[in-house]
Amino acid sequence: MVTPGPTLEIANLRVRYGHREVLKGISLEVQRNEVLGIIGPAQSGKTTLLRILNRTLDDVPGIVITGAVKVDGVDVRQVKDVFALRRKIGMVAPLPVGLPLSIFDNVAFAPRMAGIRDRSELEERVERCLRQATLWDEVKDRLHSLGTRLSGGQQQRLTIARALSHDPEILCLDEFSVAIDPVTTMRIENVLKNLRAQMTIILATNLVQQARRLADRTGFLLNGELVELDRTEVIFSDRPANRKTYDYVNGLFG
Amino acid sequence: MEKAARSIQSRPRWEVLTETAIEWLIRLCGISAILFVFGIFFFVFREGSGFLFHGFNVREFFGSTEWYPNSQSHVRYGALALIVGTASVTVLAMLIAVPFGIGAAIFISEFCGPRLKETLKITIELLAAIPSVVWGFIGLTVMNPLIINLFHTPIGLNVLNGGLILALMSVPIIVSIGEDALKAVPDSYREAALALGVTRWQLVHRVLLPAAKNGLLAAVLLGVGRGVGETMAVLMATGHAVQIPTSLMDSVRTLTATIVAELGEAPVHSDHYQVLFIIGVLLFSITFVVNLAADLIVRGIRSK
Amino acid sequence: MARTVFLLMTLLMVVPLLLIIGYLVYQAWPILSLDFLLTNPKHGMRAGGIWSPLLGTIYLVVISLAVAAPIGVLAAVFLNEYARDNWFTRIVNLAVVNLAGVPSIVHALFGLGAFVLFARLGKSILAASLTLAIMTLPVIIASTKEALAAVPKAFREACWNVGATRWQTIRHIVLPNSISGILTGVILQVSRAAGETAPIMFTGAVFFKAIQEGHLFAYSLFDQCMALSMHLFTISTQVPDVPKALPYGTAVVLVSSVLAVNALSIIIRVRLRTRRKW
Repeated sequence: MVTPGPTLEIANLRVRYGHREVLKGISLEVQRNEVLGIIGPAQSGKTTLLRILNRTLDDVPGIVITGAVKVDGVDVRQVKDVFALRRKIGMVAPLPVGLPLSIFDNVAFAPRMAGIRDRSELEERVERCLRQATLWDEVKDRLHSLGTRLSGGQQQRLTIARALSHDPEILCLDEFSVAIDPVTTMRIENVLKNLRAQMTIILATNLVQQARRLADRTGFLLNGELVELDRTEVIFSDRPANRKTYDYVNGLFG
Repeated sequence: MEKAARSIQSRPRWEVLTETAIEWLIRLCGISAILFVFGIFFFVFREGSGFLFHGFNVREFFGSTEWYPNSQSHVRYGALALIVGTASVTVLAMLIAVPFGIGAAIFISEFCGPRLKETLKITIELLAAIPSVVWGFIGLTVMNPLIINLFHTPIGLNVLNGGLILALMSVPIIVSIGEDALKAVPDSYREAALALGVTRWQLVHRVLLPAAKNGLLAAVLLGVGRGVGETMAVLMATGHAVQIPTSLMDSVRTLTATIVAELGEAPVHSDHYQVLFIIGVLLFSITFVVNLAADLIVRGIRSK
Repeated sequence: MARTVFLLMTLLMVVPLLLIIGYLVYQAWPILSLDFLLTNPKHGMRAGGIWSPLLGTIYLVVISLAVAAPIGVLAAVFLNEYARDNWFTRIVNLAVVNLAGVPSIVHALFGLGAFVLFARLGKSILAASLTLAIMTLPVIIASTKEALAAVPKAFREACWNVGATRWQTIRHIVLPNSISGILTGVILQVSRAAGETAPIMFTGAVFFKAIQEGHLFAYSLFDQCMALSMHLFTISTQVPDVPKALPYGTAVVLVSSVLAVNALSIIIRVRLRTRRKW
């Protein structure tokens, strides 16, 4: 049964590391199956915003988080099983990572850790996720070779396959194209276009044109503040609501 | 997709319970070091505490050189000579080991190609592995006749022998920490100095040594800690005379050697036995402070 | 010029050692043989071999490492993977460092007070092994920590991102990829445990004990035992008129076992560098 209401609701989120405030009162909603782009220069808080969602910032020393972050109506910090939460949210980091396991075990890792032991189910899942990540054809004959020996672009697609392997409802990508070649970037963008029917996608990117290509709505994050959030056409038009948005999108600073 | 999502949401209960148990075991092992350090202090103190609070004369212990635990008429526990014995051997060892050890660290760090570096580091590591009792044996059978022949003394088991052996034993730790200290000096210092046209010697003397002085100090402290705590080698190499040495050729006895030499004969829980444990507490305290100081300094370097 | 000076200083430390070891081997030569290893000391230790001390040392090493290795590895896992960066962790780390600096004679006194007397184990292989275990523990913790820290953080983060728990990550990714480093650290402590004399002198090692020659299970946990390090000390200082080659032979066996074990750990370390999975 699909819960009605926005998939993600953030209300007045403030995050600081010690004395440094990184997010200064962010509020936004993300609807089911939409693609939300988050643009902004480096150090604006994009990574922090994403990682708050899957609570991988919990152990950072000196971190203080206030405000509400609700996934399907439940505040992430009140969730009983944080690991189940992390399986609901797929996360792709900027730098590609292949775990030091075989390619098969890389993609089978999350399901195995979640309790799935049945060999045929794992095989089906691995193939499905590798196909969705458009990596299957390149690796289908060497599923037992080490994931760490793949190229950067292949490892990033492997990361996406890993993220898909635990059936996430929200897929977060944090500047995924930073360390990979343009051809692979295009391939992954096509993957995202195909995935949007199945899940909500939040795409943080330093390439404004990437947001323009993929996102339904785009938010502009600057120095921890959400300057503007609107339909992508508006953000990239001649008259966005905020002057700074226009300047950033047109490369006048950044 | 929903069915699949459901199957992935839960792990078997026993697996979660096992994991919780393992994590508690890990936490317990994690704090074990603290438990053991306290335990060591507690149990050693306990064995000596009876006499410590009833009859132990602190002034005599630290001020008198008359160590007669087995006397029939007048038992005295003056440990001054033992303390000086420990100090003399350790100081001599440091006087030899520090310059040579730091010299070796400088050579390995600044003047060495990678192949030679690897070989030397392995050799020094093997030097460090030689057991204390073998060093004592070397002192007894190799250094002893050597000293007798070279210096024409009647016995070769003395401060010199112990100091030399202890120096050889302490070199590896001084080289290792010294090398870490030199590695921590940024390359930009070296490049800047060489660009100014200084010689290698000036580079070492005026740039590297001052910059690395904290680490080198830590190395010396660790060497001292090792020296004070060393047992078998000095037992076998320094002779058995409880006296304040007036020359390098005099035999001495260290605190550590005294415990080993006398604990076997002292009746359990007797005064003598308890005094030996009190010496243990003293040793523990000294090395505790020295190692603490060295570690605080080393941590300062490694975090840079 | 400076280079030569420092080179000489280095060699001055290293060369005498090689000469000394050569001298030891030379003096021990007449007596080194398989028989030497498998025969008990005889005639008040003035003849025969070193079987009982050798077996005793093996017992002590195996039992002490069987105790110290699991505790040390788990403690390092705690410090590197679970512990937050706070004052408590700093104290634990400090305790490890200080435990490492405790003189061997103080370990002996502790072992006597805690295991022999308080725990009523009496002077026994068990008490001596436990004493050795506590002595080797801090270095195992330190080297395991290093091995764990060598596994890149990115791997752990990738695991957490897909919902793996901390322990799952450790068990499936971190530990398997730090095994070589852990092994190296543990193996190095073999030579330490084999070489120490003071900690076992008052807790379980004994001047002389007759056991069956060539029989691997000749000792029991509550027996006292002979040990190579103690034996060397005894026959070079406590027993008069020992034929020269005997103590040299004992020293050579002790040193060569220690060096062989250390060489093994170096080989493992080199192999691990080439077989890394990333």
